[in-house]
Amino acid sequence: MIVVLGSPDADSAEIYAETVTKGDPSYAGALAGIELGLPVYHITEPEIKEQVDPEVYQEQVGLMEIALEVDKIAAAMRKVRRLSS
Amino acid sequence: MYSFASPRVAPVVKDIAYFLAHVPGMVRYGSKPFREISKEPALLVKVLERLRSFEAAAAYPPHQAFIGNLYPDDLWHIETPWYRNPPSNGHRRGLFGEIMPEEEFYGVMKICDDFDLLLLEEGIVKEVALLLERHPLLSSQDIRRLGSGVPQSRIEEKVHEEKALPLYDQRNRLVGCLQRGHEEDQSLIPEVLIENLAARASGVMALRFMLHGLATVPQIEYLLGCGEEAVGDRYNRGGGSLSKAIGELCGCTAATGSDVKAFCCAPIHAIVLAGSLVAAGIFKNVVVVGGGSFAKLGMKFRGHLRHDMPILEDVLAAVAILVGRDDGVSPVIRLDSIGKHDVGSGSSQQAIIEKLVVEPLDRLGLKLAQVNKYATEMHNPEITEPAGSGNVPRTNYRTIGSFAVLRGEMERGDLDHFIKVHGMPGFSPTQGHIASAIPFLGHALTKIRAGQMANAMFLAKGSLFLGRMTQLSDGMSFLLERNSGDG
Repeated sequence: MIVVLGSPDADSAEIYAETVTKGDPSYAGALAGIELGLPVYHITEPEIKEQVDPEVYQEQVGLMEIALEVDKIAAAMRKVRRLSS
Repeated sequence: MYSFASPRVAPVVKDIAYFLAHVPGMVRYGSKPFREISKEPALLVKVLERLRSFEAAAAYPPHQAFIGNLYPDDLWHIETPWYRNPPSNGHRRGLFGEIMPEEEFYGVMKICDDFDLLLLEEGIVKEVALLLERHPLLSSQDIRRLGSGVPQSRIEEKVHEEKALPLYDQRNRLVGCLQRGHEEDQSLIPEVLIENLAARASGVMALRFMLHGLATVPQIEYLLGCGEEAVGDRYNRGGGSLSKAIGELCGCTAATGSDVKAFCCAPIHAIVLAGSLVAAGIFKNVVVVGGGSFAKLGMKFRGHLRHDMPILEDVLAAVAILVGRDDGVSPVIRLDSIGKHDVGSGSSQQAIIEKLVVEPLDRLGLKLAQVNKYATEMHNPEITEPAGSGNVPRTNYRTIGSFAVLRGEMERGDLDHFIKVHGMPGFSPTQGHIASAIPFLGHALTKIRAGQMANAMFLAKGSLFLGRMTQLSDGMSFLLERNSGDG
């Protein structure tokens, strides 16, 4: 099982990625203090993108790839995965 | 033979008012704090420690923008965090409305309490009466509705023996209680009634402010509620209407009304419906009114506590809008610009924005950059970011701008510039329907009337899936533009 995020910026992506790895850092929900250690990726990361039908990806995510700061998001995701591994 | 009473006329937005009630003592009863404090009672102390004073809430730059003392773009130039950098000229009243302290708002709730369910302590009532007597929007008849209050012992008795909801001020002092409306009806328990009463009271203040500001008060013929509260008893929970209850206390004796329910985008649906009723010649003056969302108080408080911030969701926000016939001056609601998210549109962000922004502009032959300002979900990012919800308006603006990139109307590198010019910082309390586009309507009216802006687009989205009846989203939009004066 992996978790795929669609958060709109690096900060919120990092919070949700931490939530499903080390536990909810905002202590706002049921996963506060619970380390699930799940592999987590963002929908705009290449590892996920290459597994989706290009036509469907373009229709559902294509515009958001332009809208979002995907490099910053990817860096945040890599950081969380590194720290939780 | 069927015939129209009058030829079709363009609908205009004649006026708008906003109201904020600073209610720190009620934060504990917002849905999230109430659930969390029930599980972990020690949290209440932390919540109480992080509540703001009225002075701090009134001076808070986003609130000053909300009531019209700052233009939203001014927030670009105020250092963040905004709660640490209030302007020196923060006032209780602004061009579009006011922010009211909690004790006075308890009084307004009592004035709106037709069934005598709200009991306020007699000493508090005396203090509040003195304060409200000086309020320009309240009359001696209102003050009489306050009554004389009840002894503290009676409130304690009601709380302990009849499960009335205890009400506190910011200092955790018991100031009153709200009783249930029926012995067995779960739709009339105090926890539901306080949401409805707060919505009615805040809606009344917004509508009174708007009517008070008009040179000539027209006869209001129809009221459209657009709040998120659910009024009704056990047989029609949420199926009731608050619009007439608000109009009743604002002198709208010639009006009937109904409520539009569409989650956060209800105000935009309601403005479009109001404009259509006016254009069709059915009514000349229609009010759209929405009270505050009590359940959303303290919604992100966990994130605020974690960041050692004040709990910023400590206000109820309300709005009242007057839609009328073309007067040759007021900005026009372009009924040929309506964008709508259809059942078959798909729920991705790009599909929604395409339906709400791109399609209507294509219909009008406009490019995206020809809209001066876009008003979208105007959530204050200082509230949402600490809880991991991101900067909502910024994401929306980037999405809109990306369509301009995709269509070859702009380079991707110009996205940030697009946001600065055609967007604005989020400045609304996270009050759901109130935050959705309409916080900018007052500013747009002012700028368009002054000839400093040609048009503005208002778009709002609704999360229909929250009710667990469909996976669908919703959305609605319209373009407001300068009146050519020849209507």
